[in-house]
Amino acid sequence: MLNGGKAVLSASAVLALSGAGGALSHAYASSGDASQDVAILNVALALEHEAIGAYQLGAESGLLAKDVLGVAVQFQSHHKAHRDALADAIRAMGGDAVDAKDLSEYASALNAASLSSQTDVLKLAARLELGAANAYLGVIPSFQSQDLAQVSARLAADETMHWTALSSVLGAPLPKNALTFGA
Amino acid sequence: MFNRGNIHLWLIGGASFFGFGFVKLATKPVEAAIAQSDSQENSAVVIDIAEAEKLYLRRCGACHSLDAHRIGPRHRGVVGREAGSLADYEYSPALRNAEFVWNEQQLDQWLSNPEALVPGQKMGFRISNGAERNAIIAYLRAQSE
Ligand code: HEC
Repeated sequence: MLNGGKAVLSASAVLALSGAGGALSHAYASSGDASQDVAILNVALALEHEAIGAYQLGAESGLLAKDVLGVAVQFQSHHKAHRDALADAIRAMGGDAVDAKDLSEYASALNAASLSSQTDVLKLAARLELGAANAYLGVIPSFQSQDLAQVSARLAADETMHWTALSSVLGAPLPKNALTFGA
Repeated sequence: MFNRGNIHLWLIGGASFFGFGFVKLATKPVEAAIAQSDSQENSAVVIDIAEAEKLYLRRCGACHSLDAHRIGPRHRGVVGREAGSLADYEYSPALRNAEFVWNEQQLDQWLSNPEALVPGQKMGFRISNGAERNAIIAYLRAQSE
């Protein structure tokens, strides 16, 4: 899967994710193992595929008012950008990027048939976004590469932003306490 | 969705649950010895499973469900199940080849640092807070009975 197991994170892999300029030229410490990081990136990619599918199901449900639909499509486009960046990085590191499943598989795993109102759709989206924020925070300590750890934090920030916006549309209260994300 | 409502588990574990916000009086005490805990001191602690379910959804729900494979394998019945053993989920070779049965102690190690328990696994996700691990493990156990 990886190029000869060579434990090197090319600058282009991080650039693919960071979108930043040429400042990042880090490589793994020669003892590091890129395959572990690639595996985690692929799990993240699978999560993004599912998120894109979930928003697609919501958009096609006919349950969303026009303005809400616009926000859902915007958030889906963020997840598509995450997907593209993760897949590019995985390939740049010599890995194989996992494919998306069929929409019908996401529909069944997420029990989309039970969605009967805009609120149901938004609650599902909020639940997935909050889970995604926590997932990205929870994998940070497992990355060999500090650069990828930072990318994970940036992805968590996007998901948190989505969750906050969805919560506000739902009229759900924000957390009373600090430090409720990650653990 | 999965309403196990107000089952309460007695946990023999750390006092760290107090201050965590969901300690309640038990109506149906069930013994569940949690091996690892933040506190040395053994005291009976009660976990509200309804609250633990919310925590499970927040921490694990992006990747797992009880009854469907998502990014990770389905969870119902995991306590007492052989690791990496569901035929229709694509595990990493490392977890697929692991030879142990999930119990509370293994789960605690897995959630603390999955790579340390099963090198080559692909979950990577960690929970450093022992009280949260205990609550989630109690929830998984309640879904496995
Ligand atoms: C970022 C996604 C992600 C998150 C978040 C996550 N997991 Fe996982 N989990 C996975 C993946 C992927 C696997 C499969 C690992 C492998 O095959 O090496 C897995 C496997 C497992 C297994 C092994 C099950 C079996 O059949 O042997 C357990 C137990 C588990 N996870 C528990 C949890 C719990 C509890 C949480 C929340 C505290 C959690 N996971 C959060 C992705 C995740």
